[in-house]
Amino acid sequence: MPSALINVPAKARRGDIVEIKTLMSHIMETGYRHLASGEAVPRDIITSFSCRYNDTEIFRADLYPAIAANPFITFFTTATESGTFEFEWIGDNGFSETASASITVE
Amino acid sequence: MRLAWIIAFVLLVAAAAGAAEISQTERRSGYSFMGPDTKAMQDDDTANPGMLWVLDGEKLWNRKVGTADKACADCHSDARASMKGVAAHYPAFDKALGRPVDLEQRINLCRTNHQQASPLPYESRDLLALTAFVAQQSRGAAIENGDPQLDPFVAKGRELFMQRQGQLNLGCTNCHDDNWDKRLAGSPITQAHPTGYPLYRLEWQSLGSLQRRLRACITGIRAQAYDYGAPELVELELYLMSRARGMAMETPAVRP
Repeated sequence: MPSALINVPAKARRGDIVEIKTLMSHIMETGYRHLASGEAVPRDIITSFSCRYNDTEIFRADLYPAIAANPFITFFTTATESGTFEFEWIGDNGFSETASASITVE
Repeated sequence: MRLAWIIAFVLLVAAAAGAAEISQTERRSGYSFMGPDTKAMQDDDTANPGMLWVLDGEKLWNRKVGTADKACADCHSDARASMKGVAAHYPAFDKALGRPVDLEQRINLCRTNHQQASPLPYESRDLLALTAFVAQQSRGAAIENGDPQLDPFVAKGRELFMQRQGQLNLGCTNCHDDNWDKRLAGSPITQAHPTGYPLYRLEWQSLGSLQRRLRACITGIRAQAYDYGAPELVELELYLMSRARGMAMETPAVRP
C-alpha cells in the first residue's frame, strides 16, 4: 500500500481557519514519455482527489498529467465541529487509496 | 638561512592558495543555496516527499525476507536506537572486502550474508527506502570519518575530484571549489557537501542516491560515468563526506 502523509491540526477553536496538507506517493507517469527502445510508457496518474469532513465534501480536485510525482495538495477549511477528515485518491490502473485524520474542535 | 625560510613560507602560502579547497568557516550545506519554498518543503516532514520513502523503509525494516526468514529488526531491533548516527560514518571500511562500502552496499551485504536474500538493485525503490530510513536516524548528527584505514581511499577520491576529465575537460573541483558562489545556467553551484543523501530532487521527481548524483555530474562534463557500485564512486563519496566532516546530516533532504 502506497504511503500518504497527512497534516491536520489535532485541535482547533470553533470558527478557526485550519490548513490541511496531504502528500500521496505516486509516480504520476504522464503517458508522453518513450523508452530508449521507442516504446511509449503508458499513462499512470492520479485523476481525482477529494476530502470529506464529517461526510460532507469540502474539497475536490481533478489531476492531470502535468502534475508532478507525489502530489502535494493543501487547502484551508473552517473548523466547525469535532470529527474526521476522510481523503480519497483515485487514479489509473484501479488506483484507489484512502486516509483519514481527526480533529477536536473546542 | 633567513631567506630560505622566507622562500619556504611563500611557497607554502602559494601551495595553500593553489589547492583552493573550501575553508572550514566557509563551508555550507546545499540547503543554504535553496529558495524559501524548497527549504520549507524540506523542513516540514509532512511536505517533504522524501519522508514517503522513509515510511516505506520502516515497513521494509520489519519485514522478514530471504531464506533466513529474518527482518533487519530481528538483529538490529529498533532502528531509532540501533541506527542512530550510523549513516554519519559511511562509507565505512569493510574488513572482509578490504575496502570502503557505502550505506547501500552495507544494506545489500546484510541482505546477502545474514538474510540470505538477493541484493536490491541500485536506485530501486526498496533500496532507497531502506537507505533513507536508516540515514534518517542520523538526522542532525555530525558527519564523522576518522578511520585511518580509509585514508588511502579518501586520497584516491580526492585525486578523482581534482582530475580534469571528459570532453569538457573539467574536474569536480573546477565547479565545486573554484566557483561555488556562482551559477551554472540558472542554478547555484553548491559546495559538494553530501549532507542529505539519499535526497529528493524535484528534477528527478524521486528520491535518489549520492551515486546517482555523481553519475549525473560526470555525464554533465561529458565523461563516461562509472557503473553503480564502482569502487571509484565509493571513493568519491568518501572524499565528499570527509569534506563535510562535522556538518549535520539532513536526510532526507530536498534539492531542486
